[in-house]
Amino acid sequence: MSVTVKIPTQLRSVTGGEAEAQIEEAGTVGEVLDGLYDRYDGLRDRIAEDGDLRRFVNVYVAGEDIRFLDGLETSVDDGDEVTILPAVAGG
Amino acid sequence: MAAVQALKCKECGEIYPLEARFVCDTCFGPLEVEYDFSDLDAEGTRRRIQAGPQSIWRYADFLPFEQRPKTALDSGMTPLVRADRLADYLGLGEVWVKNDTANPTHSFKDRVVTVALAKAKELGYQVVACASTGNLANSVAAHAAAAGLDSYVFIPSNLEEQKILATGVYGTNLVAVKGNYDDVNRLCLELAGERDWAFVNVNMRPYYAEGSKTIAYEVAEQLGWELPDRMVVPVASGSLFTKIARGFDEWREVGLLEGEPPIFNGAQALGCSPVAEAWEQGRDFCKPQRPDTIAKSLAIGNPADGPYALDLAKRSGGSIDSVTDDEIRAGIKLLAHTTGVFTETAGGVTTAVLKKLADRGDIGPDERVVLVITGEGLKTLDAVRGTFEMTEIAASTDEFDAAFGLADAPVVSPPV
Repeated sequence: MSVTVKIPTQLRSVTGGEAEAQIEEAGTVGEVLDGLYDRYDGLRDRIAEDGDLRRFVNVYVAGEDIRFLDGLETSVDDGDEVTILPAVAGG
Repeated sequence: MAAVQALKCKECGEIYPLEARFVCDTCFGPLEVEYDFSDLDAEGTRRRIQAGPQSIWRYADFLPFEQRPKTALDSGMTPLVRADRLADYLGLGEVWVKNDTANPTHSFKDRVVTVALAKAKELGYQVVACASTGNLANSVAAHAAAAGLDSYVFIPSNLEEQKILATGVYGTNLVAVKGNYDDVNRLCLELAGERDWAFVNVNMRPYYAEGSKTIAYEVAEQLGWELPDRMVVPVASGSLFTKIARGFDEWREVGLLEGEPPIFNGAQALGCSPVAEAWEQGRDFCKPQRPDTIAKSLAIGNPADGPYALDLAKRSGGSIDSVTDDEIRAGIKLLAHTTGVFTETAGGVTTAVLKKLADRGDIGPDERVVLVITGEGLKTLDAVRGTFEMTEIAASTDEFDAAFGLADAPVVSPPV
């Protein structure tokens, strides 16, 4: 069981330049993010605040905004792609 | 010395240099251009504006450049039309229409694109791109062609045919993405991270958004250097709405305008109303929606500046309202019948919300109201198809008289 996380350029300074990360043994988006936080120092503070995502962070599972799903409780399956993106583009 | 200073995070205040950057590294908040206007005196600034070109560049002191850029295709200085018949119909005292259909590609987007492309050129980019609901597509394709830059324009594949044709004609690389605007925007965000291109509403967004302030400057100048009492403005991402307010605030700060800032009313289509819904439910954040409305230029289900739009409506004493597709069609007709201005669906939304505010009694009898009409009706012809009747006759005076019941009328009316 493994999920691929796509990391935006804005966060690559804390992932040592990595654009993707594989997270094993995670059943929900929240657990995927916890796996990332454990691996990369300083990542949590960038995108999370008080246990929730900051308001200008969007997370997608297979291209779908998790706010249309179950938020951080959204389940992830083997091979799913989780994308983190800033919410401040467009218009 | 130019007033432009830096980029600043709207959330945490972190400062960044003036480069192609739109997100705060620390907190992921949006970046905005920061100025220091303390060197500008009101009288000298006013004279410089009045002696400036008939385009947005007359306001260069308030735009993010050290020196006034030279651009191939300019924008702005659109008419501010006094709409007495519309005001009478709605029972209001004074209504003005800011007719931004009178831009080179017939929407307000020419303002933001003019600024974004000038900055892209200054930063050395060869390729420009955008995610668009249509008006921006037209504009980026045209301004890139005029500037001699390569362009890639990404649109939702279900866009109105008129907007597709009015983009492709300029020779851009036109990319129709299977999905809605929010899908297109997500794709462009990912591409912007990988390619060294200037995406006008992604990595150029802090500069791009500044262009919308020029609507406030023009309205104030056209009103004789006075503030309106109320602005009615369409809301898609919320950027235009909030930047118009910032424009008025900057001119009050410099002393070009005196008095209270206007009340701001935002207008959305019910079929894509994440900001209006948040307003109605008293939330300070937006829940994303899947758009389903004829107002495709406002069909952003995940608005980047939603929280700031809500904040502006609240602090100015305004609101964010939404209207149905039928009200939008009626709004287009009302504006056309009373002002001679033919607007696209977004302007139908704005006009319908003005009517809603008037019917609700929100607008005082002495208020000076400005309605911001952002796009041209020829871009969304389907919205008016079948909304009126046409009489077909043979080329015969008898048939004409019969069709209009004029057979007994005098042939020539005497002058009154």
